Amino acid sequence: MKLHPMIAALRKHKAGVVLIALQIALTLAIVCNAIFIIGQRIDRVNRPTGLDESNLFLVTQQWVGAPSADTPDGVAKLDAMQKEDLVALRNLPGVASVAPINSLPLLNSSWNGAVSLKPDAKFSDTGNNVRTTYYFTDDQAMSTLGVKLAAGRWFNAGDVQNQGFRDNPPRPIVIVTKALADKLFPKGDAVGKPIYVDGSSAPSTIVGVVTRLQVPSTGSWVNGFTWNATLVPTRLDAGFARYAVRTKPGQLEAAMKAAAPTLYKVNPLRVLDDDSVKSYADIRAEAYRADVGMAILMGVICLVLLSVTAAGIVGLTSFWVGQRHRQIGVRRALGARKVDILHYFQLENLLIAGSGAVIGIVMAIGLNLWLMRLYQMDRLPVVYTLIGVAAVLVLGQCAVFVPARRASNVPPVTATRAA
Amino acid sequence: MFAYYLDLALRSLKRSPGLTALMVLAIGFGVAASMTSWSVFRAVSGDPIPWKSAQLFVPQIDNWGPSNNPLSQGEPPNAMDYADATALMRDHRAKLQSAMYQISPSVVPAEATKHPINVSGHAVYGEFFPMLDVPFQYGSGWGASDDTNRAQVVVISSKLNQKLFGGANSVGKSVNIESHDYRVVGVLKDWNPQPRFYDVVNSGGFNSQSDDVFLPFLTAIQANMQNDGNTNCNAVPKESGFVGLQHSECVWIAYMAELDDASAVSTYRNYLQGYAREQQQNGRFGWAPNNRLRNLPAWLDNQHVVPSDTKVSLLVALGLLLVCLVNTIGLLLAKFLRRSAEIGVRRALGAPRMAIYAQFLTEAGIVGVAGGVLGLLLTCAGVASVGWVMPKDIAALARLDVSLLLLTLLVAVVATMLAGLYPTYRASRVQPAWQLKSN
Repeated sequence: MKLHPMIAALRKHKAGVVLIALQIALTLAIVCNAIFIIGQRIDRVNRPTGLDESNLFLVTQQWVGAPSADTPDGVAKLDAMQKEDLVALRNLPGVASVAPINSLPLLNSSWNGAVSLKPDAKFSDTGNNVRTTYYFTDDQAMSTLGVKLAAGRWFNAGDVQNQGFRDNPPRPIVIVTKALADKLFPKGDAVGKPIYVDGSSAPSTIVGVVTRLQVPSTGSWVNGFTWNATLVPTRLDAGFARYAVRTKPGQLEAAMKAAAPTLYKVNPLRVLDDDSVKSYADIRAEAYRADVGMAILMGVICLVLLSVTAAGIVGLTSFWVGQRHRQIGVRRALGARKVDILHYFQLENLLIAGSGAVIGIVMAIGLNLWLMRLYQMDRLPVVYTLIGVAAVLVLGQCAVFVPARRASNVPPVTATRAA
Repeated sequence: MFAYYLDLALRSLKRSPGLTALMVLAIGFGVAASMTSWSVFRAVSGDPIPWKSAQLFVPQIDNWGPSNNPLSQGEPPNAMDYADATALMRDHRAKLQSAMYQISPSVVPAEATKHPINVSGHAVYGEFFPMLDVPFQYGSGWGASDDTNRAQVVVISSKLNQKLFGGANSVGKSVNIESHDYRVVGVLKDWNPQPRFYDVVNSGGFNSQSDDVFLPFLTAIQANMQNDGNTNCNAVPKESGFVGLQHSECVWIAYMAELDDASAVSTYRNYLQGYAREQQQNGRFGWAPNNRLRNLPAWLDNQHVVPSDTKVSLLVALGLLLVCLVNTIGLLLAKFLRRSAEIGVRRALGAPRMAIYAQFLTEAGIVGVAGGVLGLLLTCAGVASVGWVMPKDIAALARLDVSLLLLTLLVAVVATMLAGLYPTYRASRVQPAWQLKSN
């Protein structure tokens, strides 16, 4: 089929053609960026934290009238209280292991700093420092969190110290994540090497490397160090404490229910409210709520957008079919087969949608650049544009099929009748 | 004449119900999507204290110096350290001002059977309440002497008052906070401004849980009540404990001042400049003064309080509306030109172009009204289900009100009429002779 007569015919109804092409271009521009946002959010939500997330819950509690963590005496009392809690939780039926910990990945409450290969590094010395989050925990954390060791060893009971929340004692040994170890020691020989935490002058020896552990924050400000974590074998003593609890399979709910009464039995003077005992699944859902929501919203908008555009194509093509009823009849009378008429409308749509898609690609990239400048979006990869182009072309073909088939069913006898 | 056009339009719309339905659906969905995102955007970008926001200022003092520049690009820290905050309070150069920090103490109910509860709040100076026009149900805030005397007083929220005292006037009664007794001097009315403009650094802007207790700043410091919010340090504090934090350059305190006119603002600016220079001269700052004094709207903007997701959603939804309108232009064009013969007859019988305009714009308007009504229903559904897709604290702010509903209808009708302009223009250009001839 020759394109020339088709283009000549399109010139006869410029406005309709321009409108459909424009609509397809806009649809493509928005859909590409929306699908890109969806893809990014799904990637974000699906990245593993490094924990074994099933059968894990977290208790956050606060003592009332607790001794001050700023005096050695108070720290000793708080530590004794914390140890009592740990023993009680560890003795709960269905509980596999318990570890005190200041935060968990995705909890959005964190203690961050920087580690360096040199002593006494200033925080602002970004050349020598690598940013990291700190997890303060104990020897039970490996089995409780379900993290995997890549090299070296885990903490043993003798390594575990305790400190007041705002104190800053030397930290003789640490475990780091592989991401952090690779940044500090690109040769992969981190175990046994000294590092300096938070500009300290005392070295901390790396005794182990874990394969993966995410930082607690999910905000964009941690993008530079999402996988940089340093584990310190220390119980933090303060007016509040967090305990990570791993249960035996199938015992999660029962153990969660038993946690609060058990702790109240140890010491009733404490705050344990609805939010205090949280399964890890809930922590994850809460952390990514906004991302999942944004993905759903973009999905809904894409769906509406594509439906509206499809409906527009059906509407305008139907109008053209009606307008050209007689011409179709003439063509049929002159020997065109049904399938020729069908193909005519399909090709015509492909032509319009194709030119719309070309404009749409430009608009999609423009919109992406604009979003990048205003809202720190990432660059749109080519593959999303291609998916978008394929989507609008297929959409156009699907939408045009019904009116085109109606056109192909116009009987040749129409040619002989007055319009 | 309008009644006649109305009748014509309804007939025409009835003649092609499929096309009409398509247009109404497109307008309805487009308007509903944009109005739903607008309701969220309006809620988060609104001015929390419109009558006074231009007079409220947030001072920033650079106590970290240029060494922090790689991370901050020259901006001073967005909170204050203890030394600067208390120095500014002592100098007391604004009409009203308050340093404040977030606390999260436990409260022990009087009944022994009830478990202790955890509340959030702020340690503030007495001027906080008049400065922010905080509404009281009972009693009032505390005075300057209570601040300096470190009085054991507290202002509680209506919610906490309900929980502890069953909602009765509790002024003069005592509340056990972190094992100390505080005398209630005031009970707030329901007050939880969004964004939480007095401390956006710690609230992140939006927090559906209100502040339940307000204690005098120095009283809380004396009671060793730790800060609950963010603590940012450029170096590890030399001393340990909460006192060590107070002696460090770590920033953790929010600050707000009321400055009523331009001269007060420039005087205060000079004062900050002088203060920083003084710190430079006595050797604490090794750099030239680098202060900021932004009013509340500028501060909220600077702190990116409106989440970028909300802005992107609004933008995408407006894009959807645009596509729906282009779609409507196309469909109206098809619909109007299909009736070229009818137009030809009308024109031949003497109808002026204006009459054609009136007839077809009426038709577009009807489509707009129908789309608007559908849009209203969908907007209601959208606002109701926004909690599924937005963070809780933000979704709670999206409200349906008369102005939103009227706006929905207005946008639908105006947009459809605009979309109808070009098709109507084309319809009015139909040559009567040509139409009559071909028939």
